[in-house]
Amino acid sequence: MAGVGKVVLVTGVSRDLGRKFARAVALEPGVSRVIGVDVVPPRGDIGDVSFVRADIRNPVIAKVIAKEDVDTVVHMSVISTPGSAGGRNTMKELNVIGTMQLLAACQKAPGLRHLIVKSTTTVYGASNRDPAMFTEDMEPRRAPRAGYAKDVAEIEGYVRGFARRRPDVRVTLLRAANVIGPQVLSPITSYFRLPVLPTVLGYDARLQFLHQHDLLGVLRHSVSADVHGTFNIAGDGILMLSQAARRLQRPSVPMPGFAVGNVGSFLRSARVADFSPEQLSFLTYGRGVDTTRMREVLGFEPRFTTAEAFADFGKTLPTTGGRSERVLAGIARQLPEPGYPRARAQGAPGLVEIGPGGLRRG
Amino acid sequence: MGDAEIIPIGTRGRPGRGTGKQPSSAARSLAPRGKPKPAAKKPSPARDRATTETPAVVADPVLDPSREPVIATDPAALPGETPIIESAPVIEQPAASTSPLVSPATTTSRNPLGGIPSKDWLAAFQHAAREVFGEQWEPQLARFLAFLRRRVTGDYVVDEYGFDQEVTQRFFMAALRPIAEKWFRIEVRGIDNIPTDGGALVVSNHSGTIPIDGLMTMVSIHDHTGRFLRPLGADLVFSMPIVSSLARKGGATLACSEDAERMLRGGELVGVWPEGFKGIGKPYAERYKLQRFGRGGFVSAALRTGVPIVPLAVVGAEEIYPLVGNIPGLARILGVPYIPITPFFPLLGPLGLVPLPSKWLLEFGEPIRTDDYDGTAGDDPMLVFNVTDQVRETIQQTLYSLLMQRQSVFR
Repeated sequence: MAGVGKVVLVTGVSRDLGRKFARAVALEPGVSRVIGVDVVPPRGDIGDVSFVRADIRNPVIAKVIAKEDVDTVVHMSVISTPGSAGGRNTMKELNVIGTMQLLAACQKAPGLRHLIVKSTTTVYGASNRDPAMFTEDMEPRRAPRAGYAKDVAEIEGYVRGFARRRPDVRVTLLRAANVIGPQVLSPITSYFRLPVLPTVLGYDARLQFLHQHDLLGVLRHSVSADVHGTFNIAGDGILMLSQAARRLQRPSVPMPGFAVGNVGSFLRSARVADFSPEQLSFLTYGRGVDTTRMREVLGFEPRFTTAEAFADFGKTLPTTGGRSERVLAGIARQLPEPGYPRARAQGAPGLVEIGPGGLRRG
Repeated sequence: MGDAEIIPIGTRGRPGRGTGKQPSSAARSLAPRGKPKPAAKKPSPARDRATTETPAVVADPVLDPSREPVIATDPAALPGETPIIESAPVIEQPAASTSPLVSPATTTSRNPLGGIPSKDWLAAFQHAAREVFGEQWEPQLARFLAFLRRRVTGDYVVDEYGFDQEVTQRFFMAALRPIAEKWFRIEVRGIDNIPTDGGALVVSNHSGTIPIDGLMTMVSIHDHTGRFLRPLGADLVFSMPIVSSLARKGGATLACSEDAERMLRGGELVGVWPEGFKGIGKPYAERYKLQRFGRGGFVSAALRTGVPIVPLAVVGAEEIYPLVGNIPGLARILGVPYIPITPFFPLLGPLGLVPLPSKWLLEFGEPIRTDDYDGTAGDDPMLVFNVTDQVRETIQQTLYSLLMQRQSVFR
């Protein structure tokens, strides 16, 4: 088998990001074969990827891994939206039981060399006691009690247990910040797609985003790179929630926290937006993660900063606000360019009185 | 609103002590004139003719009450004599119910914006702009507009702690500066002890019921050195709405070792008030007595990062809200460390929130160097305690000497 290249198994290919990653990794030079696994077939084109319809919640997956002689498993089937999975119970089962079965299968596979799990920075939680930037060795200040954050915390626990039992397997745990991009459907993108953004009165969350391009990039990079460990993956810089709303030119409605929660659950039940309850604390306090290890140990450099990723996401959205900006722009057009008249006035002080009038007409 | 009735002062309401029947004599002499009874109207033309020689003031209001507001400004009316003359009808016709006086004037003809030509508007606007922005008002205004547009479109940068330098400089500092300079008349000493660049840890005493001393220290350091002090705040700060977002925008972050070390490694000037709530919430009787300096976490952060510790003694902040009492039960219910009672606070309501204008002295002490120690010194508890005590003693001694030099609380 030497020189043939890696055999990569990707879970969760029915969803957009999983499918794109599977296609992209199939083009990598060191990869000979890519197997996509999911319970439902992918909707789009999967290129060279061979699809195996298997549920990671039952032991069939172990047979797939053994038969195909898989040496790299990329676990991307961690779902953050209960709506797309068909309810919170299904989502929890897919996330937690699916991961347990997958890891059990991996443990039995002697040929396995590398396990990559796409996790999320949601494991750090969001509270008023958070440090400004979480590094990989920090724990959440408040252990998550429900929802996606708890699922991910449990998944990470199983992955750590697997890493202890199989020290010969390189385990890479990628904690990605909120993935954003024109085609991404996630709780945070559906929130920003609302025409009017409900925000928590008196708080301004710090947000970090990761462009979907960079998520695929870091996954590809970790398939080929010879590193292991836990890494925070996020774009550079911070956007405040108020700033993000202004950049999208969306009006925001500040309301007390409980009211935002009510609006969120209403939107969820109306299937307007997949607004998850743990998102409320995120939109209240925000979260920042330190990406020094991503650069120095993993050796990955994201192409988009947080602001650029958000701008790329915002390009596709129609603006619903921005009237005050237009008014100010109208006023500014009546006035001279800042900087120019001052330079002239410094050169010729006698022109100061004449300057404004002449410029006003011009 | 068009036909709202205008009540000229002193003509209609019942004068006197308010018995409602008979006005007092003093009030009668003050009251211009009562409303003539219909019966009393009959002799008035005759009286009018008879009194044509007297100043027109007397006659006119009786005949034509709608001109009544003119009386005061009538040049013929001598201020001294009008009340006396006018008082006559009042005595004759004591009670009055309805009269034409009720509808003297409406506001329709008084639209203040009515007859101002647009040229005057433009001139006024230009004058106002020149007043606010100076002679260079057009580029100044354009720059201000550009700033507003940047804010409205979100085209600004915050650092990883949420610090918004632009808004801090333009609004927070500008709002706090008059308070620092005019109200507390802050005098800063030893500002050279703050390094011009690189990380440093400013350690200060904490007092004054509300952490105004932190804000004033931030303004003073920024105005004297141009550097931004990055305060470390308790987690209560970040759980309170509005306060939390303002604190992050102003450069604060949570007082935890991770953030403190991260900021100091990043070369920031970090401010810490190790007494915490024990310091600001101590009763007035214990003023200028330093409380326990936490667990010395700030010292281990400085030791690990090798930055100097600059002790700061603040005198004057203790007197702004003299804390004489506390409501521990209510504080427990609300989840705050204390509910202050000052001589003015609940008593005068919001007016009690105005701080007393004490005179403030800020003295920065000589920096305590920590770069001689090696990196593991931060994990040596005995060393940490010793350095903590050294910082605390320095601040306490500086406080005492400043108090000796101070003439009085307010001067």
